[in-house]
Amino acid sequence: MSEARVSTTQVGTTQVGQTQVSKASVRELTYSYAGAQEPALARVSLELPEKAITVLFGPAGGGKTTLLRLINRLNDLVEGTSRSGQVLLDGQDIYAAGVDVAALRRQVGMVFALPLPLPGSIRYNVVYGPRLAGVRDRARLEELTERSLRRAALWEEVKDRLEASAFSLSGGQQQRLCIARSLSLEPEVLLLDEPTSGLDPISTAKVEGSLLALKESCTIVIVPHSVQQAARIADRAAFLLGGELLEVGDGQQVFTSPLQKRTEDYITGRFG
Amino acid sequence: MSGQDARHGQRRRRAGRLWVQRLGFLLLGLAAVVVVAPILVVVVGIVARGIGTVDWEFLSAMPRAGMKEGGILPAIVGTLLLTLGTALVAVPVGVGGAVYLAEYARDTAFTRAIRLAIVNLAGIPSIVYGLFGLGMFVLFLRFGTSILAGSLTLAIMTLPVVISTSEEALRAVPTEFRTVAASLGGTRWQGVRTVVLPQALPGIITGVLLGLLRAAGETAPILFTVAAFYLPQLPRSPLDQTMALPYHLYVISTQVPGMPAGVQNGTAFVLLALVLLLNFAAAWIRRHFRRRRPW
Repeated sequence: MSEARVSTTQVGTTQVGQTQVSKASVRELTYSYAGAQEPALARVSLELPEKAITVLFGPAGGGKTTLLRLINRLNDLVEGTSRSGQVLLDGQDIYAAGVDVAALRRQVGMVFALPLPLPGSIRYNVVYGPRLAGVRDRARLEELTERSLRRAALWEEVKDRLEASAFSLSGGQQQRLCIARSLSLEPEVLLLDEPTSGLDPISTAKVEGSLLALKESCTIVIVPHSVQQAARIADRAAFLLGGELLEVGDGQQVFTSPLQKRTEDYITGRFG
Repeated sequence: MSGQDARHGQRRRRAGRLWVQRLGFLLLGLAAVVVVAPILVVVVGIVARGIGTVDWEFLSAMPRAGMKEGGILPAIVGTLLLTLGTALVAVPVGVGGAVYLAEYARDTAFTRAIRLAIVNLAGIPSIVYGLFGLGMFVLFLRFGTSILAGSLTLAIMTLPVVISTSEEALRAVPTEFRTVAASLGGTRWQGVRTVVLPQALPGIITGVLLGLLRAAGETAPILFTVAAFYLPQLPRSPLDQTMALPYHLYVISTQVPGMPAGVQNGTAFVLLALVLLLNFAAAWIRRHFRRRRPW
């Protein structure tokens, strides 16, 4: 773990109040998709403080999802991309040669915008990751199932029907199941890409509640589905616009007195 | 033009469009009938004339009196064994190839060449497969005229169908599921094995069965590689020759004078029934899996 540096060389970026320990760092990250004119990310540098919620917000096409997917190397599945810069996890470059990508992804979990349960029972979904990782012990799997479902605030609703198909759950429950599925690997970092975009306000509140509880044990990076959500849960906030990181700082500060004009315009709904 | 005239004109144009639509439906319906009618005529004709000959003896006895009497058991067993042999080779190789093409291969000159070869293989006349089988398996590899040589020949003929339908079934599984498996620390193969293959299985099984159906009914590929003209005994090893239904049908229809029509129609009926049975099995398996694995 490296101490976050306050004044890394950041172009067009203002950082405020960094005292927390950094779990992961993005350093001068530039990333392009095949055939694209403009890079999806341009020289983005960002510290992700440990056991806190960092929100990446900004209008569509700003590179939020790309940045998220680069933190656990999910974009390795995309062909024809180019990248420069580093992503450090506990000070180690995750793109260095010889990194075990499967192990990295167990350490850095991901929840997607749409709930994507795997065909199978609720229990099957929750312990899918640990079983792939080789956990066979029934008692251990039972324990992981209960704990993960509790942490995702879903246990009480499904504890009597763990064998039921994951598709029998409502959309909000399916999304919390997907969160539980990521948590069963006991990740140190959890990435969430608009996890509440398809959910009603009550389900959204449950998901947000479980995120606030999770940050006790987990470093969370989330792309929120609205500015309001971002403001509700952010410990730190980073504003991405057109692939550039315009502003990053303490959540309260960014949403009440942003330093950049364009951040303010976006927050107050003048564009985006 | 007054408002009434305008409304009148609108109504007439609408009536015209309706008429065009009816004509279109009629033509499409006719096209469907043209496709289905010959099949119905053939099936009904064979069933009507063949079913009277088919009794237990016909299915379970050896042919006698120059195939004019007795049963067609060796031909039935031969076809079943050939189909099984074909499946044993074509399924693992074909599905394996499809998994490689759909899940692993990048778009390179090499994979484009493979795809081109598969498309071309599907277009080769079956008699060419027969000649290839004769040269490759019967003569060069010295398998002789045998079930082994025949199965391998049929398998090569079946491979393009198995590979292309399986690849299509695999590609139909949304990418998101692969991403989910990867995001939970799965290797590419773990994702394929636990998520992609199970969901593609109904499509793969359908493709495999369709390929096997074609193999079971083919005459040309087995002509030089396995089929016996008249061999009233059951094969005892993969290196034995055997009779087979399509070839037997060809023989008794064209090569033996004075063959009773009942035997011909009965044999055709059995071959047809076997193929239809496999077809229904394919449909049932597809439905069964779809029910068990909802999206």
